[in-house]
Amino acid sequence: MFFQQLINGLNLGSAYAVIAIGYTLVFGVLNIINMAHGEVFMFGAFIGLMLVTHAGCNIIVALIGAMVGGAILGFFLEFLALRPLRRRKVTHLAPLISTIGVSIFLESLALQIWGPQTQSFPAQFEGSLMDAGLFKVSTIQIIGFGTAVILMILLTLLLEKTKIGKAIQATSENIETAGLLGINTSRIISFTVMIASALGAAAGVLVGLSFNAIEPTMGMTMGFKGLAVLIMGGLGNIRGAMAGGFILGIAEVFSVAYGASSYRDAVAFGIIILILFLRPEGLFSKKGKGGRP
Amino acid sequence: MLLELQHIVAGYGNIIALKDISLSVPEGAIVSLIGANGAGKSTTMKSIMGIIKPKEGTVMFQGKSLGHKKSYQVVHEGISLVPEGRQVLQNMSVEDNLYLGAYQRSDRKGIEEDIQKVYKKFPRLLERKTQYSGTLSGGEQQMLAIGRAMMARPKLLLLDEPSMGLAPIVVQEIFDVIQDINKEGTTILLVEQNAKKALQIADYAYVMETGRIVLNGKAADVAANPQVTAAYLGGK
Repeated sequence: MFFQQLINGLNLGSAYAVIAIGYTLVFGVLNIINMAHGEVFMFGAFIGLMLVTHAGCNIIVALIGAMVGGAILGFFLEFLALRPLRRRKVTHLAPLISTIGVSIFLESLALQIWGPQTQSFPAQFEGSLMDAGLFKVSTIQIIGFGTAVILMILLTLLLEKTKIGKAIQATSENIETAGLLGINTSRIISFTVMIASALGAAAGVLVGLSFNAIEPTMGMTMGFKGLAVLIMGGLGNIRGAMAGGFILGIAEVFSVAYGASSYRDAVAFGIIILILFLRPEGLFSKKGKGGRP
Repeated sequence: MLLELQHIVAGYGNIIALKDISLSVPEGAIVSLIGANGAGKSTTMKSIMGIIKPKEGTVMFQGKSLGHKKSYQVVHEGISLVPEGRQVLQNMSVEDNLYLGAYQRSDRKGIEEDIQKVYKKFPRLLERKTQYSGTLSGGEQQMLAIGRAMMARPKLLLLDEPSMGLAPIVVQEIFDVIQDINKEGTTILLVEQNAKKALQIADYAYVMETGRIVLNGKAADVAANPQVTAAYLGGK
């Protein structure tokens, strides 16, 4: 039982982590919370579903397609909703409100295209259960967890080992200094929002697969959870977002398993409140950037 | 003239910090811009780098207007700024800071050579190359900021208050390095509150007061000016 729940928790947590990384990347370079991230996540789930049901793609192709779709959404989100505000140097609340506008737009658009009813991946994607003695694990869980971990490794490599990754780090730390070093910060911001949105869309497919429920309003709840993880891990901290995602996922699954299923979200958010009481700057915050409102 | 500012008016919002600034920096020279706090020295630097857009006037570099270029484009033209307060990227290693200084270059070999040159000039940076630059002392951060700016191989190096907050012995070291860099062929525009030191190493000097140039000429002449002696060099 314990190991089984741990497996379930890790699977759910890996999806939360990928969502929260998207928030944290954007927060890093722009210092705002991208309120449309949850809706990009929802669009990713639908794009993946459409590729599977209408185009007959396999799940890997659907995942890649959703990520490309997410990146394109991210590009337009930055170009249309954030860049014009940055150029005019308005207050830092304006881009936040602007992303809320985008989130409402995307949700309405999804309702128009796909209707309000819950949809799910066809039965062949439910996968088979494997029995490992202590616990059972489904192929969907393996694909979900594996994909999430691969994405996190790729992102870490991108940030730590490549020139563009270092430029993202520099832009996150100090945008003016990054410009002085010759970095085209506008392009870096656009690229970062695209990466974050691609990750969000990938998480949409993964969550859609494991819960088998895709609907236009799914972005909202997921968005709030991602947001909670972002704050718990420390604003703008990638490792914090990863760890926070796993903590939330495991906490949720265990609270269901050990008797408090109707209090699932209450337990999860209660833990976050507790952590923030003890470490207001977030679990993994470095000095300097993290914790700044 | 390598750099020429013509009648620059600039400021922040409604505040005018620069009221008609004109100055020129000949190729190969060290030019010092001295003045008290709030005279507009840093604003002048920011106007050159495109961090703030002048309301009036033009910045000419190598005979071309820098117009409304953004910072990264100004860097591409061949100007690098060592900003006030050094602004090293604290959460990144010393070496990463140096590599980022060469962001617009793609000649791997040349970049490696230049990093070794920086380490030769500042051996302490080599000792600490894997450390987060936020853990360095003020002097070491200044060295890193200068080394990082040189990684772009600028034709013109702007230095904003490089001596600020440093111990006298470190200040001497920094000024020696500035002179070395100049001898190796980089033109320098130096903004300083430490007027004495700045006038010692400069060929030409400008004195700024509340957004205007009040005096300019050969550094030796400016240093000999009785008003400058009284105001900036601690009496006769």
